[in-house]
Amino acid sequence: MTEIINCPVAHEREVRQFPFDRPGCPMEPSGTYAELRSTEPVSKISLRLNGREAWLLTRFEDIREMLSDPRFSADMTNPGYPLQFEFPMELIGKVKPALLHMDPPEHTKNRMMLMPELTVKKVASLTPRTEEVVDECIDNILELGKDGTPVDLVEHLAMPVPAIGMAEMMDIAHEEKELFTRWVTLLVTQGDGEEHADLNMRVEMLLYKLIAERSVNPGDDLISTLTQRNIKAGKPLDDSEVSALVRAMIAAGHESTVNGIAIGCMVLLNHPEQAQLLRDKPELSGPAVDEILRYSSISDHGTVRVATEDVVIGGQLIKAGEGVVCSLSAGNHDPAVYDNPNTLDLTRKEARHSLAFGYGRHMCAGQTLVRMQLQTVFTKLFTRIPTIKQAVPLEELPFKSFYQALIDGLHALPVTF
Amino acid sequence: MQVIVDMAKCVGAGACVLTAPDVFDQNEDDGKVIVMISSPDEARRAEVVESCNVCPTMALSIQD
Repeated sequence: MTEIINCPVAHEREVRQFPFDRPGCPMEPSGTYAELRSTEPVSKISLRLNGREAWLLTRFEDIREMLSDPRFSADMTNPGYPLQFEFPMELIGKVKPALLHMDPPEHTKNRMMLMPELTVKKVASLTPRTEEVVDECIDNILELGKDGTPVDLVEHLAMPVPAIGMAEMMDIAHEEKELFTRWVTLLVTQGDGEEHADLNMRVEMLLYKLIAERSVNPGDDLISTLTQRNIKAGKPLDDSEVSALVRAMIAAGHESTVNGIAIGCMVLLNHPEQAQLLRDKPELSGPAVDEILRYSSISDHGTVRVATEDVVIGGQLIKAGEGVVCSLSAGNHDPAVYDNPNTLDLTRKEARHSLAFGYGRHMCAGQTLVRMQLQTVFTKLFTRIPTIKQAVPLEELPFKSFYQALIDGLHALPVTF
Repeated sequence: MQVIVDMAKCVGAGACVLTAPDVFDQNEDDGKVIVMISSPDEARRAEVVESCNVCPTMALSIQD
């Protein structure tokens, strides 16, 4: 309990700097979330990045309500939008928005063109190959660490599985794979601005080339089927929009999957009894992914909107033009929905409907694919290497900075077995 | 039990198909939901209720 809670009189609202400090175990959600959820579930924050003020939602139901309310917009060009990443201000409004920043009807038009590539059936058809890739990665890990040398799971498992998956889904030719791999690696590791701009440009050129080629000579890869679907529909999207859609999918999907694998493995390494449960009960492999996603909530505060009208959420008036930030971690640890929310329990049924992939019309388009990849990785890794353990204590792991990164992640996760 | 779909709301997330694969499927043209069993028997109630709950746009509901 802090003095804020004990303050007995109506007071000037405290505007807290956001993201909050997160002392202690890097896995624990910020204590401020729990406090706000019970005392001030819709509270004022000021973004550390740019000083913009916004409302922070910390209750599960408020978050679901806001994200399904059409009066909230995802348009980042709105001055009230709680922008949480560096973006050249002079470019806002000049570059085409990514899927994430579109509102209907643009959003609907683009999303419905992409969704057939990510259906449950389509993902099921990718499962056998994903299993092979994961097995190859684990063979390599077993070889690298057979003499007791620590092996980095980020480099040898978390990065290659989604990168290979993506390159194969898009059928990137062997000679272009290096460019593609460098680009997706850069998306994960940051890097200097010039290299970033150069690679972005070259990848854009590559995508244009592939879209043009596969408009005429389609294969059965994602770019071909997407391009053909667009042509069949009378080209509602021009080539630059198709290219943007593919890039958005890679950019949104790659880093989050790398981080999801790394953090998920770390969570299981630090809960050996739960990892044992996963080995003993194969039927938990699906629910385990849902619970790990809920528990770790690696994409905490990147889900933001701006009100286009006055709306009341959780008893608080949010005025037109004001921004809203959802803490998906706070929502996923809401005791009104999850008993003992800070406990990892792979048998927890309610984890199925957590906020880990967001909610509303922007809910992660690739969630079925990511779930399948995570399920394959966790099940195979902990079954094939039952003696696996983290090579350094939790507090010594190199976490990605949570002030800068919108998604929690690890730079490295060394293990021995 | 009758499954009601609001197609205008569906965004093709596939959450219902993952939850109740015998009851729901997805259209190959736009990824939107297809109801395979419009009047599921009582044995499926739990998974259909959960499908309504996981749907990110509240496009699904049950009418008894």
